[in-house]
Amino acid sequence: MLYKSFTGGIALADRKLAESKLTTRGKAIEVCPIPEQLIIPMVQHIGTPAQPIVGVGDLVLKGQIIGQAGDFISVPIHASTSGRVTAVEPRWHSSGKELLAVVIEADGADRWDPAVEELKPELWTPDSLRQRIRAAGIVGLGGACFPTHVKLTSPADKPITTLLINGSECEPFLSADHRVLLEQTERVVDGIEILRQILAVKRVIVGIEANKEDAIARMQQCVAGRDIEVQALAVKYPQGAEQLLVAALLGLQVPNCGLPMDLGVVVHNVATAAAVSAAVRYGHPLIERVVTVSGPGITCAKNLLVRIGTPLQKLVDFCAGPRGEIAKIITGGVMTGQSQISLAAPVIPGTLALLLFGAADLPQQEAGPCIRCGRCAAVCPLHLLPTAIADCASLGRFDDAQAQHVMNCMECGCCSFLCPAYRPLVQSIRYAKAGILAQQGRA
Amino acid sequence: MLNAIVGLGQIGLVAAIALGWAAKRFAIDVDEREQAICAALPGANCGGCGFPGCASYASAIISGAAPINLCRLGGSAVVENIADIMGVKAELQAAQIAVVLCQGDNSKTTLKYRYCGLHDCNAANQLADGPKLCPSGCLGLGSCVAVCAFAAISISAQGLAQVNRSRCTGCGKCVAICPRHVIRLAPAAATTHVLCSSHDKGGVVRSYCQVGCIGCGLCRKTVPEAFIVDKFLARIDYAHADLAAAAIAICPNGCIVDFSKNFPAGSRLSSPPSLVADDGKDQH
Repeated sequence: MLYKSFTGGIALADRKLAESKLTTRGKAIEVCPIPEQLIIPMVQHIGTPAQPIVGVGDLVLKGQIIGQAGDFISVPIHASTSGRVTAVEPRWHSSGKELLAVVIEADGADRWDPAVEELKPELWTPDSLRQRIRAAGIVGLGGACFPTHVKLTSPADKPITTLLINGSECEPFLSADHRVLLEQTERVVDGIEILRQILAVKRVIVGIEANKEDAIARMQQCVAGRDIEVQALAVKYPQGAEQLLVAALLGLQVPNCGLPMDLGVVVHNVATAAAVSAAVRYGHPLIERVVTVSGPGITCAKNLLVRIGTPLQKLVDFCAGPRGEIAKIITGGVMTGQSQISLAAPVIPGTLALLLFGAADLPQQEAGPCIRCGRCAAVCPLHLLPTAIADCASLGRFDDAQAQHVMNCMECGCCSFLCPAYRPLVQSIRYAKAGILAQQGRA
Repeated sequence: MLNAIVGLGQIGLVAAIALGWAAKRFAIDVDEREQAICAALPGANCGGCGFPGCASYASAIISGAAPINLCRLGGSAVVENIADIMGVKAELQAAQIAVVLCQGDNSKTTLKYRYCGLHDCNAANQLADGPKLCPSGCLGLGSCVAVCAFAAISISAQGLAQVNRSRCTGCGKCVAICPRHVIRLAPAAATTHVLCSSHDKGGVVRSYCQVGCIGCGLCRKTVPEAFIVDKFLARIDYAHADLAAAAIAICPNGCIVDFSKNFPAGSRLSSPPSLVADDGKDQH
């Protein structure tokens, strides 16, 4: 059967990586115990960082606001458990820097803040729901961590007609969204209905990759009688990228440097929908997320429900520790994730997964010169020329890289993955992007 | 035969008249001084003056946009030539030379992570502030080597940039490209330098580097005129650089070195590129 998809990308089905999901996809979500110490960074989302409003020695309750949001593109940050603040200082962050964080020593009682309560259905208006979602600190849980309320606020000249729900989870190893779709289906559907009410759209499509047959069946069962379509998508990376989901499900192309909103489309992740439901129905802020702990370097791969701020080391300990010596730690997927220096960084809403690898699992080849095979250009889902951009970057010619539309690149990593010369193409692209932004900053 | 000679002669005559007229009609006023300055400049187009090449620097001098003493490669002779052409007095700048203020190579420092990626210091520095634990140590990936128009910089086998003092013209391109600000320009006459750039406290420096400045201040106590200790890092006051050598023996971590003794040993280029004829001495 032919499923809907986009042009370019990597069909993982015929590659070894498709097997990587099998390790964890059948494992039910387990609750990771709350550690003695939680490190809650003030930078958890794209946009303005939050400002801490608690001091050392303060007692905080679960769900209490500890970081005040900045401007519109920002959300408040909440305590993930009850306890005492022991430090407000820069700590290791998964972005590879030391960033301001609030350190909480858990008291073990895990008491909710009495201020946390549901939003009564008679008070539901698009504005009150949006405010509630922002107050609950909901950000996109698909990895980009863009504040959800911003995507729910469309300018007057861009009416929204379609809501897409992203359940594709196309990266190897990841199974967190798959488990959310299976185990929290009602909550996801409830979140979709709330999102639909805020946006006042009629058409809702849930896109799920065809390799999650059980999730598709479960979803279809749950949406019976509602006006929600469930579509199976081709198993192809990077199907979960916003603009490619729009291309696959609606056949529309997001304009150059534009957003799906320009086409009247809004895309939200399934886990975000579940978090929206929890925020509105119970008042629960975003204090936990499902994280896949996998990779050949972990003894017992699992899907875990983890409190935000839990150090990565605790996840590894709960999964029976590492298998052999660890050579590489990645948070997020192997294609778009971030390499970690240590397991000291905490889980944040963008931590989709924790993947561990031993030295034998890593590529040993040195990068060589481009052989002009053109595979990177053929695979690029955005039809860019990665090798040309990399050449511009290595010569420091950032203007030329910009003329090659490097800023449109979403860094999916398909080009680096396929390059037979093992060139670090995505790194070159990131380097060019940083160079262009620095030039613009100087201008 | 005759027709051909006359015919060709006529074409030649017409073309000569047309060219002669066009040369007068479309003549561009060229300042003779600009051409003279261009000829006086070394023609290396290194860009060290801040202009794309020698010709654009020459026109900038004529338009008054640039002082006459920016060409470090040419040194005093070129500046005096330009001063003659422009009819002004030459204000000589002291000759400068690039110095790598770090000796923490791979055998003496601790790494934060193993880097495998683009062979470019600026790109590596974007990943968690570089693979070295020291926030200001040389990354050794050779961005400075790539920009040096005089093949004056090389990376040692242990991953540290080193400047060939006889080739360096002090153009400053390497200083601008280095993301860690490890390369500085210093007076060419000064041979004693403090080879560290880390402003961390002593204990922190010791945790990642065997040869870093710990800011103990012994050098300043020994020769107060020649040293400044600023935020746990000693620096030479180059006005009194000649006195600094007296503190070399006192430094507990061996950060102060004198390049006139060709230090450190074994840091010469193994096979010097033959851009400029030299004997490979004064390498550090």
